[in-house]
Amino acid sequence: MAARQKWLLHPAAKPILFVVCLLPFAWLFYGAFTNQLGANPAEALIRATGDWTLRFLCIVLTVTPLRVITGTSALARFRRMLGLFTYFYVVIHLLSYSWFDMGFDFADIAKDIAKRPFILVGFSAFVLLTPLAATSFNAAIKAMGAKRWQWLHKLVYLIAGLGLLHFFWMRAGKNNFAEVFVYAAIIAVLLGWRLQQFLKKKRLQPTYGMGRKLS
Amino acid sequence: MLIKTHASGFNHPVPSEITPQGIYHGRRDLIKLMATGAAGAAMAGWAGRQAMAQAVQKPGKLATLAGGKSAVAGAVTMEKVTDYKDASTYNNFYEFGTDKADPAKNAHTLVTKPWSVAVEGLVKQPKTFTLEDLLKLSPQEERIYRMRCVEGWSMVIPWVGYSLSELIKKVEPLGNAKYVEFITQADPKTMPFVGSRVLDWPYVEALRMDEAMHPLALLTFGMYGEVLPNQNGAPVRMVLPWKYGFKSGKSIVKIRFTDKEPRTAWNKAAAQEYGFYSNVNPNVDHPRWSQATERRIGEDGLFAKKRKTLMFNGYEAQVGQLYAGMDLKKNF
Repeated sequence: MAARQKWLLHPAAKPILFVVCLLPFAWLFYGAFTNQLGANPAEALIRATGDWTLRFLCIVLTVTPLRVITGTSALARFRRMLGLFTYFYVVIHLLSYSWFDMGFDFADIAKDIAKRPFILVGFSAFVLLTPLAATSFNAAIKAMGAKRWQWLHKLVYLIAGLGLLHFFWMRAGKNNFAEVFVYAAIIAVLLGWRLQQFLKKKRLQPTYGMGRKLS
Repeated sequence: MLIKTHASGFNHPVPSEITPQGIYHGRRDLIKLMATGAAGAAMAGWAGRQAMAQAVQKPGKLATLAGGKSAVAGAVTMEKVTDYKDASTYNNFYEFGTDKADPAKNAHTLVTKPWSVAVEGLVKQPKTFTLEDLLKLSPQEERIYRMRCVEGWSMVIPWVGYSLSELIKKVEPLGNAKYVEFITQADPKTMPFVGSRVLDWPYVEALRMDEAMHPLALLTFGMYGEVLPNQNGAPVRMVLPWKYGFKSGKSIVKIRFTDKEPRTAWNKAAAQEYGFYSNVNPNVDHPRWSQATERRIGEDGLFAKKRKTLMFNGYEAQVGQLYAGMDLKKNF
């Protein structure tokens, strides 16, 4: 345990993780310029960045359960970076769609959103994720107060649901849900654990709720 | 716009602008003549390149299947042919998986020998043809067609085959035969995704009799001067260049003549999205996306704007009259 903590607290741990998180982007960037993304590179880029957004969302939601279950408090120091990488990939995803699919033609984008509601769902998830990314630095937490900051950042549960719906709807055209169910199962476990923790806490402090009601 | 690009779409020429067929068919001879020196050494290099431009490169992967010149109007587009690699690795063939890279990876298990096609239903001469019978039934022709997928991408593919009408004439349809149904192979042992719930197997497609008799409707055995790769629908498939790609059934085992409109695979899966006709039509959107534009695979780079989709995929002059008077918004 101590060894693991020491390893995670090593000053190189964060830079290493940073580089690892950039690898999918580096590969896509390289692939796009060397024409290795297959017959339809625009589609490949849009889909891959969407996949990586969902993957990072799963990873960042794993940090807290893993930290509590294994008692590895040092894991907490990576949460912000992983959250910001989720935002990084969703921004690239949105940019790839607007640029490579729509050529930044905003009239076309507006028409496309009306035609394909799943894009609106994805876009909403992006909009909701923006204040989370914008308040990720320490001063924001101080300015907002920890309680309010935590409340705001609970939005990530809703965002995960919207992201899943976006993916589900996209795949619905081909009745092809195998991958959607994998992500749904992972997110269900991660959010289920939080619900269980919440109910346990409530059971352990029955007077807390009542006391508040009386005051 | 004075400067026309492919993005401005297909403009109908007036009859006086149309090159007479004889001159059009002789164009390569003319260029070759220039290349042999008649036009001088300076021109020869250029002309030689032009003569090469549309000569389809054989990929050298499968058995040769040469196709002769076709006399059918619209049989050969002069647009740049898509790379064989793209045409053979970016496929929708759900029997081998729903990702477009899946068929190229999985279709090696398809057994194409021996193969036969049963032609039955409302015909005077029902018969089961072996593949060898079919290959010899009529001279093979090269047809360079645009292919527009309902998903919004397109390719230009040099197919080898002959008009389906040649086969239809041989089996002599009865007067009450109104439709032709194409039933494709569905063997769970060799096609790993048959049995998945994506579609109702076997994959069935169909045409109205007059559509099936149209000379552009191609019974196809090869592409790029070779036999079809498995992932492209070996050993025999349909190619209908004016319809969305999914109308062209792959690995066909049965052709049936009927008097009632058959229910087709995608129509059964989502009738409000995939109609019986499924003609390429930029003015009728798919319920979930626009059909006004398309991305030409391998050509329109990452940063290029998508090109305009043409009515009947640019084959309006040839097939438009089949649908005269029909409401194409209703009969999508």
